[in-house]
Amino acid sequence: MNTVILYTILSLSGLGATAAIVLFFVAQKFRVKEDPRIDEVEEALPSANCGGCGFPGCRNFAEACVKSDDFEGLYCPVGGNETMRSVAKILGRDAVEQDPRVAVLRCNGSCDVRPQTTYYDGTATCVIASALYGGDTDCQYGCLGFGDCVEVCNFDALAMDLTTGLPVVNDVNCTACGACVKACPKDLFELRKRAKKDRKIYVACRNEDKGGIAKKSCEVACIGCSKCFKVCPFEAITMENNLAFIDADKCKLCRKCVPECPTNSILEIGFPPRKEKVEVATEEKKVKDPNGTVSEEIIKNKEE
Amino acid sequence: MLKTFAKGGVHPSENKLSAAEPINDLPIPPVITIPLGMHLGVAAKPIVQKGDEVKTGQLIAQGNGLVSANIHSSVSGKVLKIDKALDASGYKHDSVIIQVDGDEWLETIDLSKEISDTCTLSSKDIIQKINDAGIVGLGGATFPSHVKLSVPRGKKAKYLIINGVECEPYLTSDHALMLSKGEELLTGISILSRALRAEKTLIGIEDNKPDAIENLRKIAGKYNDISVHALKVKYPQGGEKQLIKALINREVPSGGLPVDVGTVVFNVGTAFAVYEAVQKNKPLFERIVTVTGKSLSKPSNFRVRIGTPVKDLIEAAGGLPEDTGKIINGGPMMGKAISAMDISVVKGTSGILILNKNESRRKPSEPCIRCSKCISVCPMGLEPYLLMTLSEKSLHERLERDKVMDCNECGSCSYICPSNRPLLDYIRLGKSNVGKIIRMRKK
Repeated sequence: MNTVILYTILSLSGLGATAAIVLFFVAQKFRVKEDPRIDEVEEALPSANCGGCGFPGCRNFAEACVKSDDFEGLYCPVGGNETMRSVAKILGRDAVEQDPRVAVLRCNGSCDVRPQTTYYDGTATCVIASALYGGDTDCQYGCLGFGDCVEVCNFDALAMDLTTGLPVVNDVNCTACGACVKACPKDLFELRKRAKKDRKIYVACRNEDKGGIAKKSCEVACIGCSKCFKVCPFEAITMENNLAFIDADKCKLCRKCVPECPTNSILEIGFPPRKEKVEVATEEKKVKDPNGTVSEEIIKNKEE
Repeated sequence: MLKTFAKGGVHPSENKLSAAEPINDLPIPPVITIPLGMHLGVAAKPIVQKGDEVKTGQLIAQGNGLVSANIHSSVSGKVLKIDKALDASGYKHDSVIIQVDGDEWLETIDLSKEISDTCTLSSKDIIQKINDAGIVGLGGATFPSHVKLSVPRGKKAKYLIINGVECEPYLTSDHALMLSKGEELLTGISILSRALRAEKTLIGIEDNKPDAIENLRKIAGKYNDISVHALKVKYPQGGEKQLIKALINREVPSGGLPVDVGTVVFNVGTAFAVYEAVQKNKPLFERIVTVTGKSLSKPSNFRVRIGTPVKDLIEAAGGLPEDTGKIINGGPMMGKAISAMDISVVKGTSGILILNKNESRRKPSEPCIRCSKCISVCPMGLEPYLLMTLSEKSLHERLERDKVMDCNECGSCSYICPSNRPLLDYIRLGKSNVGKIIRMRKK
């Protein structure tokens, strides 16, 4: 009886030892040599695997970073400049910095300003509804409100506002990964440059219809009147297809365009409330100037 | 034993309410809106301008590129504007809007009532005439007919198959045409056969239309190569691939075209349009439309000018019933609800169906119980429940491998599903995504 157990143990151990030796040499021979820096870079990344960089996951992005010489076209929007700096440090190269961005919804057609004209009882997702028709209002460009964007957001930065029927972006959580941009069949999301205190001014509309038709379908539609375009001192506003667009890179957030808009389709977010009378504000400024010192300085400069 | 296709299929209640109705001409409305993209392929390029006077049958937009079709004015009058207008897709597209002033036809159109049944033109000339007349497949897919007739080199269309199946419930426009215009239809078919140099022509008609079968059989006796076949009633027999299988027992390979098995399929409506174009020089600017529905007081078949608003058709059929739930463009199986009554009748509009509130309500979707009914009814041999899940999860590689592109969107799966799952909605979504990927790969 004992001998049976002994033989079993011995033969199995022998088999194990032989296999181990064989496997050791095979592993040596067919070893996959991987750059150890890939692991390090991956460690430095946020491991959100969101796909915001254009790669399926953080590992693929890390591989691409190690391979690339100058980080061209490579940027992790979730980690931002800080992550890119640490990645650059690991690889001993110069970091490529980008302005942090945030998603904005270019539609403000809430239920009370955009009257419903038809009733949809099909599958409640935006992609399927948009393949069937323009939407349950007369505006075929606006938000459908089924929340495909909320579904794809990995960072809890989007939520549906049930009173307006529109998704709301949480600026703090938004990483500008771009998942909502890809998910929205109406292409309503735009990744805009983040400004100080998350202030932003943008045209919350994508309606390309002529003014009258646009206004009929939605009270806050851009009617393409070009008033904002004319008033903008920085040439940040462009007009195309009856629609105004504010370029976030050129916009200096002066807020001059906002009161010009006859349909209130330009939104200003994150600003302190406007002072009621503009005249009072100019008077205050005059008072602050002490005894015309400014004008004296200018004269001096000219003399020099 | 009547012939039919082998795989799958369903038999929804037929509801052919307007089957006995003759074809009546619908009065011309004061303003018509002709969309420029009412065929498969690239939208036509307008060649008229605001303020231009046009005559009935005059070319107003030219086919743009290889797969496109000419568009002609369906009325005489003045071009009001070329602007975006809502169409059956639910979106606004470029359209020519014409203020109607009388009905003055182009001089080249032969207005005589006599049937001319001899055609001595060459194949090339026939195809050119069909191209000029802007004829597209009137069964619903609106594929430009001249493209279909230009058989690629190295292939031969041995069989010409004429689709008189009309398997969609409710619709009767093809039935009405086969009854009243048999002679013209057969001439049109012989012209198509001449253009293709086909050896045999088969007309397939489901046996719920015995009068149409009898009528066409009688007339087809004059032609040696044309035969009429009665088919067992089963949806979707009107699908090209199903009809080929039913009539000549051949299967079109996955991703292939009917011409790969030596056939070309045309709808009876298209054959009639071909007759008018070739023998009478009349471009395609009117078609037969069924207006039907259980609550409608007068379900009818109308001959309608392209560009007439849908609301005129409903008015002529007794007005919109109070309990209307949905207005469907097409039949109940493959048709699509429209979002406004101002949209126009286009070349592909075979019927306007009015469903009452009870019929039109979608039941809530419940979890899949794996009954596999959708698999047994799929005429293409696909697994709809699986395709839906794959599409929901965006697994596009597997979707492609599981042949989502073979789906002909007949809707049998959604019809049969006991859990009311929106199978076709998701499959269509998957199809469009996979289609995009395939196109990108080709570039």
